[in-house]
Amino acid sequence: MKKNFPRSLQTIVIALLAIGVVALALGGYLTSLSNLVNQTIVGAQTWVSTRYLAVIDFLTVPRDVASLRQRNAELEAEVARLQTQVIELQQQVTETQILSALVDFARASPENTYKAATVIGRDPSPFLRYVILNIGSNDGIRRGMPVVTDQGLVGRVDAVTADAARVQLITDPASAVNVSLQNSKTEAMLVGSITGNLSLDMISQDVTVQPGDVVLTSGLGGGYPPNLLVGQVVSVRKLDYELFQQAAVQPIVNYDQIQFVLIITNFKPVDIAPLIPTAAP
Amino acid sequence: MATLVAFPVLVLALMLQTAVISRINLLYGSADLILVILAAWALQERVTTAWQWALVGGVLVAFVSGLPWFVPLAGYLLIVGMARLLQRRVWQAPLLAMFAVSFTGTLMLHILSIFSLRLLGDPLPVGDSFSLITLPSILLNLLLAIPVYAGMRDLAGWLYPAEVEA
Repeated sequence: MKKNFPRSLQTIVIALLAIGVVALALGGYLTSLSNLVNQTIVGAQTWVSTRYLAVIDFLTVPRDVASLRQRNAELEAEVARLQTQVIELQQQVTETQILSALVDFARASPENTYKAATVIGRDPSPFLRYVILNIGSNDGIRRGMPVVTDQGLVGRVDAVTADAARVQLITDPASAVNVSLQNSKTEAMLVGSITGNLSLDMISQDVTVQPGDVVLTSGLGGGYPPNLLVGQVVSVRKLDYELFQQAAVQPIVNYDQIQFVLIITNFKPVDIAPLIPTAAP
Repeated sequence: MATLVAFPVLVLALMLQTAVISRINLLYGSADLILVILAAWALQERVTTAWQWALVGGVLVAFVSGLPWFVPLAGYLLIVGMARLLQRRVWQAPLLAMFAVSFTGTLMLHILSIFSLRLLGDPLPVGDSFSLITLPSILLNLLLAIPVYAGMRDLAGWLYPAEVEA
């Protein structure tokens, strides 16, 4: 009995203490104490965890670096391959767009038959403006055939081999094309220059030529078919004491960046040289 | 052997010239790789096939270019002749000779081109041709002269190995 009493008393005291602590906690009086305890425990656990991870890293990093380097090399190779693929696809898209425009142009002018060709080079001499094409007489190309793009006139075939052709651009200094001005309803001669600029000559003084006039081939002389677009007049030079007016022409084709062209294969140029009178001996 | 090597070297150079170098312009001039190669080859001391190379180069360019056929042929032969002449006189300063041949060779070839084209009826303005085409071309050829000279010296060393005294 003497032994049991204190144990009961202890139990009661502990229960009262527990109830008291719970009551204090429910009442919010132990918040600061519990925060202090929590912070201490969390801090200690963070320290232990960080050190443990540091030890694990120390033990496993060398293997990871090797595998990461290998993975990095693989990914870099993959990126390089994909970049190459992107460039190739961009190039194909550009080529497809150009070819699509050429096909549209060919469909819009069904009276002509065309052969598409790629520009593979330029004349070695800087005095001449010729380009070299990748098709020749094996594909039915003949000397004198006109060459165009979807935008307008490029030039005409000057020389042909079995698998290549040389084209004289209309910007060549020796080139002369008979043209007509759409708005002015007059004829003129389009000539090239060493700088690649185009100009109109032999325009009658009586005609009014204005900037913006569209320049088309006239078909006179038989060298080119009529109504091929060449460019637009940008400025006019009219001097009273000269026989003819002159005009500068903005070409519609960028001759420095031609990649693909169409050759009009059903056009037969007319050689009018025998009809030109020569001085009698 | 050295003459046969002219074909692949000059065909490759002509391909590079038409496909790449002719598109790289300074004003309206461009470099002439064949000219520079022929000049560099003719300036090599042990080379004995410079004339054959000039013939091959001239025929190849005459075949591709719209210039009258005799212009590149005569131009390149003249350039090789000048280079051989200079090589005997200024053999101690080969780079100086290379620059001199590139400069005067370009000038000669362009004068020949301008006057033959004018004779055939092309209305080339002489003054503009010199200032817009010839002078920039000379500069580009001079820039090309050093690497081409080094390359041709190696080729000459390979085709004409130095004799070792016993």
